[in-house]
Amino acid sequence: MNGSKLTAAKYLGHKRLVQSGVLLLVGLIYVVGCYLLKFDTIQGALSIPKAFSWLAINFMPTHESMSYLPQILNKLFETVLMAIASVVVAAVIAIFFAILGSKVTGINKFMQILVRGIASFFRNIPLVAWAMILLFSFKQSNFTGFLALLLMTIGFLIRAFMEIIEDEAGEAMLALKATGASYFQVIFQAVIPQIIPSLISWILYMIENNVRDATLVGILTGTGIGFIFDLYYKSFRFDAAGITVLSIIVVVIILETLSNQIRKVIL
Amino acid sequence: MITKQGSDPLIQKPSFNKNPQPEKIRLRKTSASTWMINGVFISLILITLYTLTHLNTENVKMADAFRGLMMTLDQMFIHPNAGSDGFMVLLEALGVSVLLAILTTIIGAVVGFFLAVLASRNLTNAYFGAGIRSAMAMIRAIPTILWALIFSIAVGLGPTAAILGLSFHSVAYLTKAYSESIEEIDPATIDALKVTGAKFWTIVFQAIWPTIIPSLVSWTFIRLEINFANAVAVGAAAGAGGIGYQLFVTSGLSFDFHEVGYIVYMVIAVTIVLEFIAVRLRQHYLAK
Amino acid sequence: MLEVKHLAKSYQKDKPALTDINFKIDPGNFVAIIGPSGAGKTTILRSLNQLIKDDAGEILLDGEDIRSANKSELRKLRRQIGMIFQNYNLVERLTVLENVLHGRLGYKSTLAGVMGRYTEDEKREALDLLDKVGLSEFALQRCSELSGGQKQRVGIARALIQHPKVILCDEPIASLDLASSQVVMKMLKDLIQELNIICIANLHQIDLAKEHADQIIGIRHGKMVFNDVADKLDQAAITELYGTAVEEKEPA
Repeated sequence: MNGSKLTAAKYLGHKRLVQSGVLLLVGLIYVVGCYLLKFDTIQGALSIPKAFSWLAINFMPTHESMSYLPQILNKLFETVLMAIASVVVAAVIAIFFAILGSKVTGINKFMQILVRGIASFFRNIPLVAWAMILLFSFKQSNFTGFLALLLMTIGFLIRAFMEIIEDEAGEAMLALKATGASYFQVIFQAVIPQIIPSLISWILYMIENNVRDATLVGILTGTGIGFIFDLYYKSFRFDAAGITVLSIIVVVIILETLSNQIRKVIL
Repeated sequence: MITKQGSDPLIQKPSFNKNPQPEKIRLRKTSASTWMINGVFISLILITLYTLTHLNTENVKMADAFRGLMMTLDQMFIHPNAGSDGFMVLLEALGVSVLLAILTTIIGAVVGFFLAVLASRNLTNAYFGAGIRSAMAMIRAIPTILWALIFSIAVGLGPTAAILGLSFHSVAYLTKAYSESIEEIDPATIDALKVTGAKFWTIVFQAIWPTIIPSLVSWTFIRLEINFANAVAVGAAAGAGGIGYQLFVTSGLSFDFHEVGYIVYMVIAVTIVLEFIAVRLRQHYLAK
Repeated sequence: MLEVKHLAKSYQKDKPALTDINFKIDPGNFVAIIGPSGAGKTTILRSLNQLIKDDAGEILLDGEDIRSANKSELRKLRRQIGMIFQNYNLVERLTVLENVLHGRLGYKSTLAGVMGRYTEDEKREALDLLDKVGLSEFALQRCSELSGGQKQRVGIARALIQHPKVILCDEPIASLDLASSQVVMKMLKDLIQELNIICIANLHQIDLAKEHADQIIGIRHGKMVFNDVADKLDQAAITELYGTAVEEKEPA
């Protein structure tokens, strides 16, 4: 009795020690990191209110800046469409590869490793690299932005879809296989119906994400909403840049709300 | 096995007469869920078709462009080299990006945790929590790169702008993730301490913190991976330094794709290490 | 008749999961396989319809060897073997009726199966079976809306519509409460007698095995240590099987 109490106290003490150690280490990394990057935390924190008051003055849209609105909305619309198209095309490709490569529906070990490798490769190449390489070959066009988003999204969705299939479809699949159903029957009667809600949920999430990422791609490749923000920003038309940011906020929040509503209905 | 079923009503009719059943048996009711799924799929496909057919390609010759792309990829991935900058310069730049990611994740985690506690529905009063949550939703809606650009005019170009820009999004993201974890806590755990008369922050650190450590760690590392990708992006598009800036210069100004390939391999190496750590940590905490 | 001869399987080299399993079952019999967890019960069951590929032996269903069947022969043999799972393994988002009809997929052309087209006769039979398992009013509900016991009864109907000679049950009641367990076990027992088919169930409740099964097979460390009629399973046999004395629970 006494012995177990002692070990419990020891265990708790040990656990607290480990936690304090980890927190100390994190603190140390932070301090060293700040020193190396020449970042002054207090100065930085103090500059936030300054930055916001600067923003409030300069980014505040005036009456005239409303004239930019049609152009901004046009580009934003273009960007949203591109984000959707890149996700849908990526999803079609990804579901195919995910079925070939998942642990439960995969055809063989080799294919599983290959698909995992391809997905990881596409996912981990920085979006910046994709955008710049494609810009070199495809010039400043929407197609460049579309391809950059597409390639990165494929990597993400293959991994996500494979995990969904493995988590949600394994059991039903096994049952259908046992009835003597063929491979394609199992895929279409068990796997697809079972994973559809999660599939849509991921597609919606990637659309939101790609609207944001399209801004980055746009700045680099000179397309869509990113291009127009960069343009206003570099020519010091901050009021117009302000409206651009506001419109992005509105659109992303609308998309998020819409996605959440759709998720609620389909689950 | 199956003959003449479903497709042709004329052929099917006779068999019906033997075993009279006035209507075909339906397999499912139409539900809101089915309608929504079909609706979402059809609209997404229509939007995509419209977008693809109206995509502005600026008269780029596709065949030539793809051939060019293949050549670029060949230079990058098959024949990478450290180029004019050399390994040490690139390594230092990579280090800067990694540090940026780590610092902004730490800031995001610390600030995010406190905000999450204040924003969770099961801990604070509804209005206050809702206020924080909608502020965070606004911050998240603005792409990280825009935060970095905005701060770089407000406080001047450099690491401070990059750190503040990346931190904003981190804080907002982690606040949401953490507060969702907190909201999943069994109310009994919190009530048990409340009846002992424990103070608010005592409850937080005695009941909530230990309970959510696994998901806390897991979300924080996911964010570290995201922050590294963002650090590269911000370096390139906001000129904030690090490996992203090198990437931008070599691929956009000096067009040395051998070096681009080299840089990409370095970035991939870091992301794989980060992914590995994240997976191991998750396993470690799940095992407990 | 189902006959298993010298069945063997190992997942890792030199670590046999099953060694030399032999048994014979006549139609109309309910056989329970019992034994400690990890003994190899699931491996035996899943070898019988080749969801797990075993290493050696013979599995004869009415004289046909399942192990040497090629892909299309295996499909034909599998449709004669129904299977029921611990977690029901239904496609939760589809309706009860659709899940029952999945049992017909083995009989359909790939395309018809992929499209989910079933004949009116098949649909009517599915409804009859649902009536039999007491779920007719749930036919058009989604499986996710059912309770565990109801889901398992859908699983039974899915197995029956295959017109099976054998039904394999992998821990059929391990996720159910006592009342539902009794309903499911009784239903299985009545059905196999009525249809004169074989049922093999992995069970970890010895009392339920003794109550419902005609024959009991005991497995320990991948070896068969007991194979006899249920009444012969006494305390000594149980002790030998589980290593320690397991208290025999009174059937509820």
